[in-house]
Amino acid sequence: MDLTTIIILVVLIILVFSLISMYNRLVKLRNQVKNAWAQIDVQLKRRYDLIPNLIETVKGYMKHERETLEAVTKMRAQAMEASGVEDKAKAEGRLSAALGQFKIAVEAYPDLKANKNFLALQEELTSTENKISFARQNYNDQVLFFNNKTEMFPSNIIAGMFGFKKEAFFEIEDPAERVVPKVSF
Amino acid sequence: MFLIMMMGVVLVLLGYAIGFALDPEAGFVGVILALIIYFVMMIVAFSQGKSIMLRMSNAREVKKEDYPQLYNIVEEMRLSAGMPAMPKVYVIDDPSPNAFAAGMNPNKSVVAVTTGLLKIMNRDELQGVIAHEISHIINRDIRYMTLATIMVGTVAILSQLFFRSMLFGGMRGRSSSSSNKKGNPVMMIVALLFAILAPIAIRLLYFSVSRKREYLADASAARLTRYPEGLASALEKISGSTHDMQVADKSMAPMYIANPLKPKGQRLRNLSSTHPPLNERIRILRGMGKNSSYAGYQQAYKSVTGASKGVIPESSVKNV
Repeated sequence: MDLTTIIILVVLIILVFSLISMYNRLVKLRNQVKNAWAQIDVQLKRRYDLIPNLIETVKGYMKHERETLEAVTKMRAQAMEASGVEDKAKAEGRLSAALGQFKIAVEAYPDLKANKNFLALQEELTSTENKISFARQNYNDQVLFFNNKTEMFPSNIIAGMFGFKKEAFFEIEDPAERVVPKVSF
Repeated sequence: MFLIMMMGVVLVLLGYAIGFALDPEAGFVGVILALIIYFVMMIVAFSQGKSIMLRMSNAREVKKEDYPQLYNIVEEMRLSAGMPAMPKVYVIDDPSPNAFAAGMNPNKSVVAVTTGLLKIMNRDELQGVIAHEISHIINRDIRYMTLATIMVGTVAILSQLFFRSMLFGGMRGRSSSSSNKKGNPVMMIVALLFAILAPIAIRLLYFSVSRKREYLADASAARLTRYPEGLASALEKISGSTHDMQVADKSMAPMYIANPLKPKGQRLRNLSSTHPPLNERIRILRGMGKNSSYAGYQQAYKSVTGASKGVIPESSVKNV
């Protein structure tokens, strides 16, 4: 073997290995996105499970808040039916808004806030919502890493060849986050 | 990393100086002895460290049913940090407000808090404290600080061995003077100086590493919670507490959120403390405003301490 063949061989081997490692990197990042989504999903389901218990506990106290409670139940049903990251995000945003209204309404019932069962449920709900937002941040970070890889040269070539598609961000449009609730005294 | 390497250099130099003093051709024997002591201690620390720490602090594992809010907060921070596995949650019966983390591996970690802490903190403050501890785990501080602690220990053992060999070996050398090359007096004095200075030098390096990792854990905590005020207010409550930690060992100090052993002397406190002063940590966190990123912490650190160089590695600041 003369020198040129060796050089060509070495270059080819390096090329093949870098292609393989780029492919593996994309697979790894996509799996991380999936895993991050699974983490959000667990918490969303947890919130669906908590809501009926919560409504059951407060029903006796909050007789004048039927509309608020019904809105929460309705939004929960819609959110459970939604599929796909974007639709889910929209439905979850509406559910969060309904729960926000509910939390404001609770303030008017001091004896409810003395109920141990309710307090435990409230802690669970608060924590689940925190978990959703922390898991969402992590999910969006993973999506950003993955999408960058699928768009940037040279890994975009591999992404195109093997059909790696960009993933959607999970953006909850939470009206409560932007609009300050009106409280009149 | 640089400071840890410096500590390694001190350790190896001490080993060499001792070996050389006892026998000019045996400098490397001292180095090997130093490394053997280091590795034996490291094996013990890596295999048993977590359980030793938990036993020494009388911590007991708790389930979600016992402390739902604490457990929830740990899980929130786990999610925020993207940690693969849920840390075990431990509680220590101690009126002093404090917390620590243990576990070399983020997959098998432990977060422990005192009952005193749970009593005085509200939800946001507890979240800040837990975030600081989780940060120690994900920043691999437990690994760093264990390596560093063992180096301090090895240097202490080596110095002790040398002093003892001076006392006994010196006499033996005179009575049976078989070889003349032993006990070169100049080298003896150099080694003696080294044996006195090395433990001090390595401790100062160690404290400096520890303080840096504390700043970093504060910065990470702000990032994880996106609410620096929670941790700031928690630290304020801790600094106002008059309780001293009952079961605290100084080798465990860097893993706590605040130094469990209040230093007695005032003058050398900044140089010889595992933790930066609490009021400075609070001022930095409060100086971050709404920017809870590493860059925000870096800026607040510079403006509070007046330092031109930041405390967070530039690579982490740029990444996030």
